[in-house]
Order: sequence, then C-alpha cells, then structure tokens
Amino acid sequence: MRNTFSEALYEEATKDPEIYIVVSDISPAGSMAKFSSLYPERFINVGVAEQSMIGICAGLALKGCQPFAYTIATFSLYRPFEMVRDDLCYQKLPVTVVGMGAGVIYSTLGGTHHTQEDIAIAGAIPNMQIIAPCDPAECTEATRWCAQQKQGPVYLRIGKAGEPNLTKGAEPWKFGKIRYLRRGTDVCILTYGVIAKMATAVAERLQAQGNSASLVSVHTVKPLDRDGIVDALKRHRQVIVIEEHAPQGGLASQTKQIAWDIGATCRLDTFTLQDAFIHNYGSHEDLLAAHGLSTDRILAAVV
Amino acid sequence: MRGTANGDAFDRAAARARCKRYRRRILDMSQHVSALHIGGAFSCTEIVDNIYNELMRPRSPRGNSPDTFLMSKGHGCLIQYVILEELGVLTRADLDAYCTPHGRLGTHPDYGNPGIEASTGSLGHGLSMVVGMALAERGRGTDGIIYTVLSDGEVQEGSTWEAVLIGSSLKLTNIVAFIDNNDFQSLGRTSETHPSFYPLADKFRGFGWETVEIDGHDPRAIYEAVTGRSGAMPLMVVAKTIKGKGVSYMENVPIWHYRSPNSQEYTKAIAELEAQS
Repeated sequence: MRNTFSEALYEEATKDPEIYIVVSDISPAGSMAKFSSLYPERFINVGVAEQSMIGICAGLALKGCQPFAYTIATFSLYRPFEMVRDDLCYQKLPVTVVGMGAGVIYSTLGGTHHTQEDIAIAGAIPNMQIIAPCDPAECTEATRWCAQQKQGPVYLRIGKAGEPNLTKGAEPWKFGKIRYLRRGTDVCILTYGVIAKMATAVAERLQAQGNSASLVSVHTVKPLDRDGIVDALKRHRQVIVIEEHAPQGGLASQTKQIAWDIGATCRLDTFTLQDAFIHNYGSHEDLLAAHGLSTDRILAAVV
Repeated sequence: MRGTANGDAFDRAAARARCKRYRRRILDMSQHVSALHIGGAFSCTEIVDNIYNELMRPRSPRGNSPDTFLMSKGHGCLIQYVILEELGVLTRADLDAYCTPHGRLGTHPDYGNPGIEASTGSLGHGLSMVVGMALAERGRGTDGIIYTVLSDGEVQEGSTWEAVLIGSSLKLTNIVAFIDNNDFQSLGRTSETHPSFYPLADKFRGFGWETVEIDGHDPRAIYEAVTGRSGAMPLMVVAKTIKGKGVSYMENVPIWHYRSPNSQEYTKAIAELEAQS
C-alpha cells in the first residue's frame, strides 16, 4: 500500500507544483526516490523530528501549499498529537497526515510501533477527516483525493506492503461514502483498512455456507457515512463489524451507536482488537489472533 | 526601511513615539477587560513595532506585505493587535470587543482574523510553522521574509529545537527570528530555574544560526541587527528585554504576566509613560 501511495502521490505532484512531502526519516519506496530527485525542494526529510514535521506542513499549508506528512502511524499521530490538533485541525489546513503500517502490522516491533487507538484519537478532533483504504487500489484513490482536496486535514491510515487487491469490479470509490465490494441480502460485513483481507475471507466462507453476504469498505471513517450504515443495518438480518482497532472510538462502537439511535432490529456483532497492549510477537495474523481476530473465530462466533 | 526625511536611516524618535502610543493603548484596554498579558506584550513592544513598521515591506494596495509575521509567543499578541489597529488591518471596534462575547479577538492569536498568520498560544509551535512558510517561499522562488518572535520560556520546548535544527540545516535564510529574552516564566526567573539555558546565543550559534545579541528595547539596535545580517543562514536575534517594560511597578514583577492594573495603578502607569522621552 505504501508503494501505491508513493506512485499516486508522485503522479499528483508532477501535475501540481504545490504538493510537498515532509517525512521523518522514513520514506516510502518506489516512486518516492524519483520524486525526491526530480523535486528535491518539495521532498523534505526533517529527520527524527515529528513535531516539526507537522508544524512545517502547517506552515506550508498556511502559504497555500498541499503538504503530506509521512511516517509510521504511531509517530505521525501520537508523537506530535498537539501539533496535529492545533496546527492542522484547529487551523483547518489541507494537510494529509499519512499513518503508515497502522494497526498491529509491525507485529514484531512491539507495542511502541502499534496503533490500536488511532481512529479514536484522530476522530475525536474537530475538522479531522479519516480515510483508511482497504487495498492498494483504494489507497490510490484516497491519495489522489487527498492531493486535490482543500477542505481540511486528513489522517490517511494505510498498511505497509503486499496487501492484495480486494476491490476489483467494485462500485466506484467516493470520499465519505461506504463502498459495497459485494452485495448480498443476509449478512453484511463492515470493515476498513488492511484487515479487509480477513473480512473478505469471512464473507467468502459465509457465502459458501449458504449465506448471501455483503462486504463493505468503510474507507472514510470520518465523516462516517451514517446514511450508508443505517441502510446496511436495515437491509440485513445480521451486521458484522471487523476492525483492527480498539473497541472504543472506532467503527464498531459508532455502528452500535447508530443501531441504538435508529432502533435497529438486526443482529450486530463486532470484532475488534481488545483494550489491551500486546506483549507477544509473531506475524501480523498471529497478533490479530491474540486478540481474537481470525477468520475461524469470527465465523465460530457468528450464528 | 522607512527612515527620516533628513536622510537618517532610522528614525528612533518616531519608533519611541509609536511604542509609547501602543503601550498606552494596551493600558487603556486594561481598564475594560482583565484578560491581558501586559508584561509579555510590553517586553516585545519595540521588537514587534520594528517588524511591522520598519522591517516588513509595506502592504500592497491589496492589503498584503510580501513578508510575513508570525507571533510564536502567542500570549504577547496584544502588542500585535494594537499595531494592526493602527495599520488599519484590525478596527477599533475589534479591539474594543477584545475578549467579549461579541468580539473576535482573544488573548491568543487566532488564524482567520485579519493580519493573524497562524493560531498560536501553545508554545513551541511557531518556529516549525515558520520553517514551513519559509520553504513555501523558497519553493515558489518568491522573496518573502518570515519574521517571528519567540518567548524565552518557549525555547524550553523540545519542538522549538527540532525547528532550530531543521531551519539551519535547510539554510532557510529567509527566516528572521527574535527571542524575547525577558528572563521570566510563570514560576520564576529563567536564569534561576534553568541556569544551563545560558548563554542562550551560543546554543543557536551551535546549531548554525547567524546569531546576534541586542538590547531588545533599543529600536535602532533591533533594526540594525536585521538589516546588517549576512544572510548566509537564518537569523536569530537574542533580544534582552524587561518584562513589563515602561511601567516601573510592572518591570520584572511576575504578577504582571496576567494581571490588569486597577484605576490608581492605571493613572500612575499613564503618568510614567507620558513622562518618558
């Protein structure tokens, strides 16, 4: 996903001389090397100095530029949080904060490199928009949108590398609208981000078991497509939320809130990371499984 | 450079007259609203006056100077407001409604208000935004200078040093920064609580900034520190100042960081100001 981000940003930057990328000693591979050699004045590496990375992006945007801040998600959002809040959100500047490797993708690097509560934190700030593409193709769409929008800051939560494309043939991507990757009538799975791969496997197994399953990418987590969620809750007998995020402040809790507000009658199951740090290691899948997130366990819990 | 008709490069008397007027206006405001940071506004009065009235190029008919001023020590913005009022950027009504429900100006600068280039108030944010602005000027090939004023307490923020490091590493020669070194912060004298802070200028020199130390209440010294710079690196002017400068009982007395004078104190302050040359 980071390579497709890099390619999409490079393409946009060749068209728009106001696009800058400010990185903190971490840079996406692929086209970013080409970007930095062609436009060295627009590729800024501040070093391991994330507070300054965000402030510099704010200064660029205050002068009308279109900056992207880029590093691993923990360091792009948590470390410089007050700069994100005051410099970007309070001033409502069109800066994209890219959180790369969000969730527990950096499985062997330990808890300091995990973002389990970033949606809750970013989503709590007024003016902040959050996009979490589910596959490289959505990442391209989201990056293009971020490069062209002027309405305010975006937290762009992306994966790392090697994610499969899940959205081939799906309806067009549109900011702020949930996106059906497949449409069914019985069960609806709501998901976003890299864990969409697991959600896809769950949907396929449900289908194989004779359930007609919908699979939805809720790529825009803020502003949440409330009407789209309401529609999904009304049209299916069961809705399942699968997200790589703590139980509070993410898609699961917001979907429950909407369901309560409208008096939804469908069954609603949510599968999230736990409200706990992870002290064990292994693959990305191993860590998700440590918090109960695996295809088998989700299916076992779903009637 | 505005200068005088007789060819003198710098009109010190005019600068002093303006600063007296600005301090008086702030004291007048203090009789209507108690939410003030008088001490920190008076310590940087000559610096901010110099930036707006001597150093920044005049505003175009469209209303903008090619140069930018960002008040990093946001709590000093009263001096910015009274100057912007005199320049016609803010209105008298704006200042009269300061910190009231029907006004738009508060005790920290808010982006979106006329003449306010960034929202500050939380310390340690300004210099990174200045670096970003300077990069934008460089990227476009425009020649705008980005001016800023930091407090000395603000220089204790780690984020300030991130910006110091990157500003000189990128050789952003279009940055002119001042430290309002009044030696006071909420809990005491900086020189007593943080003796390792000094000598302050050496720290900036160590990071590659062109650095000068001046009397921050001497208008000509402020002006010449900037106009006389080499321009090879970003400029840091460490300006030695007095918190509450201009009113004897406020000078170096921490309570005047935020307190407003009562009517007797106001009368005494005005009398002192008027007696100054």
